[in-house]
Amino acid sequence: MAAPTASAATPGDGPYLQVRDLRVRFRTEDGVVRAVDGVSFAVERGRTLGIVGESGSGKSVTSLAVLGLHDPRRTEISGEIRVGGRNLVGLPDAEIRRLRGRELAMIFQDPLSALHPYYPVGRQIAEAYRVHHPGASRHTAWRRAVEMLDRVGIPQPARRAEQYPHEFSGGMRQRVMIAMALVNDPALLIADEPTTALDVTVQAQILDLLADLQQEFRSAIILITHDLGVVSQVADDVLVMYAGRAVEHGSVEQVLRRPQHPYTWGLLSSVPSLHGDPDTDLLPIPGNPPSLIDLPTGCAFHPRCRYADHTGGRSLREVPELRPAAEAGHLVACHLSEEERRRYAEEIARVGVAR
Amino acid sequence: MLRFLVKKLLLALTTLIAVSVVTFGLFFVVPRNPAELMCGDSKNVCSPERIEMIERRMGLDKPIVTQYGDFMRGIFVGRTIGSGETARDCPAPCLGFSFRNDEPVTDIVARTLPVTLSIVFGAAVVWLVLGVSIGMISALRRGTVLDRLAVGTSLVGASMPILLFGPLLLIGLVYETGLLTYPRYTPITEDPVAWASAMVLPWFALGFLNSATYARLSRAQMLETLSEDFIRTARAKGLPKLTVYGRHALRAAITPIITIAGLDLGAYLGGTVITETVFGFTGLGKTALNAALNLDMPIVMATVLLAAVFVVTANVLVDVLYAVIDPRVRLG
Repeated sequence: MAAPTASAATPGDGPYLQVRDLRVRFRTEDGVVRAVDGVSFAVERGRTLGIVGESGSGKSVTSLAVLGLHDPRRTEISGEIRVGGRNLVGLPDAEIRRLRGRELAMIFQDPLSALHPYYPVGRQIAEAYRVHHPGASRHTAWRRAVEMLDRVGIPQPARRAEQYPHEFSGGMRQRVMIAMALVNDPALLIADEPTTALDVTVQAQILDLLADLQQEFRSAIILITHDLGVVSQVADDVLVMYAGRAVEHGSVEQVLRRPQHPYTWGLLSSVPSLHGDPDTDLLPIPGNPPSLIDLPTGCAFHPRCRYADHTGGRSLREVPELRPAAEAGHLVACHLSEEERRRYAEEIARVGVAR
Repeated sequence: MLRFLVKKLLLALTTLIAVSVVTFGLFFVVPRNPAELMCGDSKNVCSPERIEMIERRMGLDKPIVTQYGDFMRGIFVGRTIGSGETARDCPAPCLGFSFRNDEPVTDIVARTLPVTLSIVFGAAVVWLVLGVSIGMISALRRGTVLDRLAVGTSLVGASMPILLFGPLLLIGLVYETGLLTYPRYTPITEDPVAWASAMVLPWFALGFLNSATYARLSRAQMLETLSEDFIRTARAKGLPKLTVYGRHALRAAITPIITIAGLDLGAYLGGTVITETVFGFTGLGKTALNAALNLDMPIVMATVLLAAVFVVTANVLVDVLYAVIDPRVRLG
């Protein structure tokens, strides 16, 4: 069961998922929404990429694009999404469908609304198995579903498989979702805010479970979240998104310990720290994320950035490119010079928060 | 589940008893004495003595509560109306005798109810199949020419009365072109083919017009369901489109449609006066209307009571069906 599926990427040809210059646009009555605007990243099997950002930063749109779940009539997608070496952008839906649920699986935020209310959970899991194993009998698929429920830690799996989603607690429901996503040993698992709807203790259990299962199945995981605590707990790499663009990308150590982008500073300062001064006020990032129909010129973050006027006006004119920062593998999209960023970051470290 | 069912049934029974009391009360608020009505219109035949005799024979001289008791007992166990040499046996379910021609009301109902049943059930099949499929297709092809055409047609259908549509069909298909013959009711037990061919016009007329409402309803339901998270999950599992729409979306979207269809069916079974009249059938609706115009109270009471039974039964069935379809209802 732990062996990678036969059709997974052969070892040696790079990361399992490689996204290059992904652009996703929606045509609406009010104009074109640039939900994702030139994002690139890669995930290897056995590793976890955390994608972080506020609502509307393009995290979920990116993940839905990887699974090909956008409505093709309203969406324009360009760039490359390579899964096991094969580009999915432009493939007919029927072909992507064969990968969905088998190679690429997804866990959604709210397991109550994401499970069908009228079918027993075992049936929903068995259905996910049978669609990709047409030769499997009902009985085999059902046994497989019960086995998966057992694997994700649901007690009395045979009895619980016959129950409906509303008969489960929130945490147990998310386990059901995970069982359903993993029933076909997918090579890539996308978890879109998998713990947001759960309380903190259950959150930790679910994250532990995901980590265990990743060890066992050696799958690549993309974890979408706005919770930096979750990211620091499970991610290997982090991609910070703002207004549909990547603003910082690096290892979890680099991005969370030595952040380079003012937006990441802001995110980190708005989270309470166990080691910080309890009397210090948390500092939210002022303002709101911009409208994706009418982005600010230049750096999309400039209206909310307190360093924007230190760049001689470039922040208002040029879109900053994602460029290597001091450390290898650490990328940042900011007009501030290396020197300036280090100085401001030191100040922040001294004060404790990014004022 | 059992508690749920018992509660529903008790409620239904209470409703029916209330309806029967009110209906029975109608008998006594009618401006004319039933005995006079029975006696006939020509004044010279009806002497006061004769009216008194009729009253006695019908039991109208007894207290109202006793009369109600007799009436209800008649329905369940049968009764004998009148006494002496004029006594008439009326086996259960006894609904009395028509004032006009003394025919047992039970016989009248037995003759006319199948007509209405034939019209309504056939039309219901038409409006459900037609309405739901048009609604589904236009939801799945939202914004296309097909969708606009369906929405437009259903708007016309929903706003057209059968009083207009029925005669138009008759003119177009019978009188002008002779494609169909004017319908003549034949019981299904006698000749199923003749029965069905007589029913084609009313089925289509009533079915098509009602399908408009159902098309709009199912389009809206389907669109709402398609934006649900569990549909996204179904697609993320890699299910083929047809399975996503058929097994996942339709199942959820159809629930409210079944509810409304059940209630509609219950209401229509009480009689489809206009459809029956337009196509010249003597169904329950037309019978009830004529009886009301003639103040033939036993028939009025029987038809009103029957309509109430249909509506109440449909309500109970819908409630039970709902619990069967939606597992979440069982606990509530």
